[in-house]
Amino acid sequence: MRREGSPWQGLGTVLLKELTDHFDSARMVLLALLMVLAAAVPFYSAVEQLRTTTSEDPFLLLKLFNPGQTLSVMQILAFVLPVMAIGLGFDAVNGEHNRRTLSRILAQPIYRDALLAGKFLAAITVLAINLICLWLLVVGFGVYFLGVPPSGDEFTRSLVFLAVAIAYAGVWLGLAMLLSVLFRSPATAALLALGVWLFMTLLWPLIAPFIAQRIAPPDIRYLLLGLQDPQTFAWEQALTRISPDVLFQEAARTVLTPTTQSLGPLLDQIRQLRGEVIGAALPLRESLLIAWPQAVGLIAGAIVLFVATYVAFQRQEVRA
Amino acid sequence: MSEPVITARGLTKRYGEAVVVDTLDFDILKGETFGLLGPNGAGKTTTILMMLGLTEVSGGAVVVAGYDPVRQPLEVKRRVGYLPDLVGFYDHMTAVENLAYTARLMGLGHDVREVRIVDALARVRLTDVAHNRVATFSRGMRQRLGLAELIVKRAEIAILDEPTSGLDPQSTHEFLDMIGELKREGVTILITSHLLDQVQRLCDRVALFRSGKILVMGTVGELARQVLGAGFVVDVEAAAAPGKELAARLGAIAGVLNVQQTAEATYRLTADHDVRAEAARAVVAADGALTRLSVDNPSLDAIYTRFFEKQAATEGEIRDAA
Repeated sequence: MRREGSPWQGLGTVLLKELTDHFDSARMVLLALLMVLAAAVPFYSAVEQLRTTTSEDPFLLLKLFNPGQTLSVMQILAFVLPVMAIGLGFDAVNGEHNRRTLSRILAQPIYRDALLAGKFLAAITVLAINLICLWLLVVGFGVYFLGVPPSGDEFTRSLVFLAVAIAYAGVWLGLAMLLSVLFRSPATAALLALGVWLFMTLLWPLIAPFIAQRIAPPDIRYLLLGLQDPQTFAWEQALTRISPDVLFQEAARTVLTPTTQSLGPLLDQIRQLRGEVIGAALPLRESLLIAWPQAVGLIAGAIVLFVATYVAFQRQEVRA
Repeated sequence: MSEPVITARGLTKRYGEAVVVDTLDFDILKGETFGLLGPNGAGKTTTILMMLGLTEVSGGAVVVAGYDPVRQPLEVKRRVGYLPDLVGFYDHMTAVENLAYTARLMGLGHDVREVRIVDALARVRLTDVAHNRVATFSRGMRQRLGLAELIVKRAEIAILDEPTSGLDPQSTHEFLDMIGELKREGVTILITSHLLDQVQRLCDRVALFRSGKILVMGTVGELARQVLGAGFVVDVEAAAAPGKELAARLGAIAGVLNVQQTAEATYRLTADHDVRAEAARAVVAADGALTRLSVDNPSLDAIYTRFFEKQAATEGEIRDAA
């Protein structure tokens, strides 16, 4: 049975209202402050570090995002973005339920699609605006402090990094919104979302190797030589990549560090055999190709979570 | 005879095994005020949500304002205003902002919106607090703001779910007056409640609803005859002259079914029509001193209580027989 009328009716209205709400809310101010402050420290240390090596490095701007050794803006984002996304999404739907506004809003001539999509897009827009501001700050201050204009290549790479970061935030936003549909209490949804995030970020990278060794026990010959069994390693890598955090870090590192050749040891060996030089900078296209699967994984994760949210929301009873 | 705007045929809602709404059949006519009365959990809200396409219909069909809410919910929702029980608003927004948001969702243009909102707030007497945050509003004010939303929408059909529950008597009175105004404008109103005496004033027809079924339906007078056996209760307060038996004389009046002596000099007559004139004549004929004479319209409360008592009794009998 087909329903009639556009699912997008009212989308713009919901989007605008949610945006206004976000920008007015104290939560938003707090999160933005958190992001800027958190990024300021690594940015400062990166500048300090770079001032000493200016003459040698062709990718100064990128080093601002990811200087390599110390805590970087990229790592901070990997940490702060999920918190922001969860903060914006954890009470999206159950909040409407608890305020008893849901049935009143859905009694207006709109479909549920518009409400859900509007909320998702508004939160993503807010995150994107924050990220763009951060990006402008880093690039602007970078030029100011270092006095070296960025090249077109660097510019593109940092913009790609921005896009990957937005996709990464989208995954956590999707998760938070899904939980906000499934659980009537915002506190439960928030705690669970943060729990999943901590598990994926801190525990999963520790657990994955154990599981990998169970699935593909390493060959004793490799162990005797002090090497890692490639098969075990392949499993380990595949398992850790379930975590959006790992995907984001891999993709971001590839894009921000042109010298990153590949994300697995096997490819490195093949390249070496083909006589390529390890350690040289890759052209942008090659870097993008390497980061592509990770980026697509993040986007797909966000979409899958949104679809799950959509299905759960459509089936949910409106009455409190 | 005006045409029906809401027609339900065999409307059913099941959650798994449980039947919440059980093959409802009813018509609500244009311009009519229809009361859906029943205890909590009878399935009233579920019925409403099915009419709005907000919950799936398990069986049967309902047509609202000429549209099928299952397939054309937007058309239905464009014409129907819904005031949920315990209506909620965005507390951090003002009354005007809240209305403007829903007005935008209704698809109203900027100019129309402005005019209608000002007008609606004036009608529900919230003009003074139009720019206050809703967080500061009392329960009664929120309820009136909900009504303002229906006015902004220019709804052809207004569905009010327990609109007066939790209101103090003063607010209830005001609110019912406002609903009365809507009614005079020709809006079809469907109202659910368990506060019967309030609804009685407003409703043209009522349906008693329990366990997902409509048990009886009709005007209050019809229901009274059907359930109580008679519609009118006349109280007579009269001191009879010594030696004259008043109760018997009152009982002899045509149409009086029952006489009850409730106190020393008060009698309660149950009759199938208004027998005040005859009662007065009877008292005077008996040389009595008539001090008070009043008629109660059939009370929905009495009908309701009696009906469900009867219902329970028959169910008991059936159980006993089985």
